[in-house]
Amino acid sequence: MKELLQLLKENARRSNAELAVILGRDEATVAAQIKELENTGVIRGYSVIVDEELADKDEVSAYIELKVTPQPDCGFDELARMISGFESVESVTLMSGGYDLGITITGTGLRDIASFVAQRLATIKGVLSTRTHFVLKRYKEKGILIQDEGNDERGVYL
Amino acid sequence: MNYQQRMSQRAQAIAPSPIRRFFDMAENMEGVISLGVGEPDFRTPWTIRSAAINTLERQAIFYGANSGLLQLRQEISRFMERKYQLSYCPENELLVTIGGSEAVDLTFRTLINPGDEVLITEPCFVCYAPLVSMADGVPVSLPTKEENEFRLTAAELKEKITPKTKLLVLSYPNNPTGAIMRREDYEEITALLRDTDIFVLSDEIYSEMTYGTKHVSIAGFEGMRERTIVVNGFSKTFAMTGWRLGWMAAPPEIIAEARKIHQYGIMCAPMVSQRAAIEALKHCESDCADMIAEYDRRRRFLLERFSQMGLRCFPAQGAFYLFPSIESSGMDSESFCEQLLQEERVAVVPGSAFGACGKNNIRISYAYSLKHLAEAADRMEHFLSKHHK
Repeated sequence: MKELLQLLKENARRSNAELAVILGRDEATVAAQIKELENTGVIRGYSVIVDEELADKDEVSAYIELKVTPQPDCGFDELARMISGFESVESVTLMSGGYDLGITITGTGLRDIASFVAQRLATIKGVLSTRTHFVLKRYKEKGILIQDEGNDERGVYL
Repeated sequence: MNYQQRMSQRAQAIAPSPIRRFFDMAENMEGVISLGVGEPDFRTPWTIRSAAINTLERQAIFYGANSGLLQLRQEISRFMERKYQLSYCPENELLVTIGGSEAVDLTFRTLINPGDEVLITEPCFVCYAPLVSMADGVPVSLPTKEENEFRLTAAELKEKITPKTKLLVLSYPNNPTGAIMRREDYEEITALLRDTDIFVLSDEIYSEMTYGTKHVSIAGFEGMRERTIVVNGFSKTFAMTGWRLGWMAAPPEIIAEARKIHQYGIMCAPMVSQRAAIEALKHCESDCADMIAEYDRRRRFLLERFSQMGLRCFPAQGAFYLFPSIESSGMDSESFCEQLLQEERVAVVPGSAFGACGKNNIRISYAYSLKHLAEAADRMEHFLSKHHK
């Protein structure tokens, strides 16, 4: 299963037939294993890794650190769920260390993100402070390089 | 100066490497995708590199013992015992060399007298025959057959043995075919060798790269240890090609002679590499397992693609090469490779570069990412659809 997941992480568009060959299993087994991973919620979805710079030059991304007050009974979960509900929010994680929630967000410009932080996030009850970092350049995401791979430095010497 | 007249006749008689020619051609073309490289695409595991950095930071890099660091030889000895049930004494039966290549060269120079015949099992890596010639030996081709999955049979061997035969060169898992020798194959051959005084050079540089089976060393068979020189190294197993480190394992009498040549010609293998290699042998089992699992995935992927495109290929279980037959194209391997490069910009090595018996095959290296292999396979399929007879 781990090997299958790894292959899917590298490229989720591989066909079951191809996965079967690479893994040395039959296609039906692979199909069943993927189904199981989906049904048990291990696989939450399939997405695509985009070089945003090429896709849309105007898009801006930011990483926001949030300090919050944990709520009685539900701790951080309720707030995290609420923030996850915003469409422009791409990821929400609970962090150890100097802040509580880490959020990534994408908007159409600096102003767009500024207003989201000021009007949507900062106003949520329980949010104590926010700290916004703008993404300048992406190099790698989910194990995939967001830049041309370097040349193969290996030569043929014999 | 009339160089030609004044320089060594033997050196001048050596032909340039047949693999190179293709890649000189490929280098001047745009958009070429290669399946030609004969070294791992993985980086040396970090723990090994880190050991080298520590060595550079904390230690003076002096010359070391001619035979190699004793601690490294002890680790090599344990490795050979653990992996292949071969027992070699670190003190006098192991010599650390500059890659497996130096160990091969040393073996020839240690054993060969002028006119001695050396049987070279083909297809094989290109270094053996030239090095035998430089040692005044006579290289004798010992071709193997695709129908036998390029394993050496006793009948083939027997046919080539003469009173002048000094040494048999075996390299399994094999470059370029990916072939391996099974226990039963060695049973046959060793039965034949046991009654002779022929030596065996067993180049086992790809020993850790076997798929679905474990490597067997000829040195472990009855009567073989005394006549066998086992060559191995760090390049392939630990993705350490540029570190230039290998070893030879042989009876003390042979090592003693080889060490003299090594001492005068080389002094000692690079010390930074030796320190790093200790780390490799001690702590990199799981890194190696990961690399091997990945090679195996690629191997299966390519075998399936070849079968889909009608390219006949025996299911090689070793090294990181496949050796498909291109007979169905009606071309010989040289022209096949040249046209494949011109028309589809895929660089592979003609099988004939590794011996005449490879003339109907091409060598495919899968020391490349699956993504890279998929693209190359698509191009090959397109090429074959145009050229199928």
